[in-house]
Amino acid sequence: MHIRVNGEEFDVKAHFLDDLIEELGYAGDWLATAVNNELVANNERSNHRIYEHDRIEILSPMQGG
Amino acid sequence: MLTLYGKNIPSRIFLGTAQYPSPMILENAVRHSGASIVTLSLRREIIGGEQRSRFHKFIEMLDAYVLPNTAGCCSVKEAVITARLARDLFKTNWIKLEVIGNQDTLQPDIFALVEAAKILVEEGFDVFPYMTDDLIVAERLVAAGCKTLMPWCAPIGSAKGPSNTASLRTMRDHFPDLPLIVDAGIGRPSHATMLMELGFDAILLNTAVAKALDPVKMAQAFAQAITAGRLGFEAGILNPRDIAIPSTPVIGQAVFP
Repeated sequence: MHIRVNGEEFDVKAHFLDDLIEELGYAGDWLATAVNNELVANNERSNHRIYEHDRIEILSPMQGG
Repeated sequence: MLTLYGKNIPSRIFLGTAQYPSPMILENAVRHSGASIVTLSLRREIIGGEQRSRFHKFIEMLDAYVLPNTAGCCSVKEAVITARLARDLFKTNWIKLEVIGNQDTLQPDIFALVEAAKILVEEGFDVFPYMTDDLIVAERLVAAGCKTLMPWCAPIGSAKGPSNTASLRTMRDHFPDLPLIVDAGIGRPSHATMLMELGFDAILLNTAVAKALDPVKMAQAFAQAITAGRLGFEAGILNPRDIAIPSTPVIGQAVFP
């Protein structure tokens, strides 16, 4: 399945968001996710199916002012 | 004690966490200043591991409230989505709402700011809007449900200090009971003291501390300056006069003709 994660193109096997995070090698508990401009909460990732051409953002805390 | 959205805030210095020379210096600056609130942002995670794990540990060990921001957002849509992500990540309804309207000045887009604030308040967020010192914008944000405001005193990172004291004073006078936090543009501890003497409730700053030669010492300097300004405000500052009044009693003065 061809998708876009954080602005980069990927071909992945995962069908659910939490599997995708693991497949791509993102690590740790400090992650926030959005699919096609909509928040997918931490506790919804395992049930959130991903589809061809989805645009996914995976964010984490960063220093900020 | 200062209360923001129902939480007691023990100190009146709030620190941004960006631009420090090292994570250790950031940690020490926060600790030694006694900052009650620290601001954070969200950015794209890097594949391959917890490269920011030290920063995550810093967040977990913090003895301060976390105030995530929507820095870099230039539209209502961007800011609202970022706020939702921040709430899910940091488990807080607090959001420092930034909607930038001009890249040269980083001036907030006040129209988009008010619109985003309305949406987020309806979704249960406690909105801390980063705004200009415009009184009408302040009124609109309060009408939208903001229970604290964060006017700038000068552009972010400029270190200019208060450039429109009259507007800030007007805002303070107009909202005597609303928590007002001056955010952005401060350069010197004396800037912070002056603003606190006007009756502002707290100061949020970042660059002036992080880019100082000794950020930890500067954080302490700001903490003391903010405390001094607040104490001065509470104590009641004299209005200036055009004529001298002797401070030493005149009665009983010896006469030597």
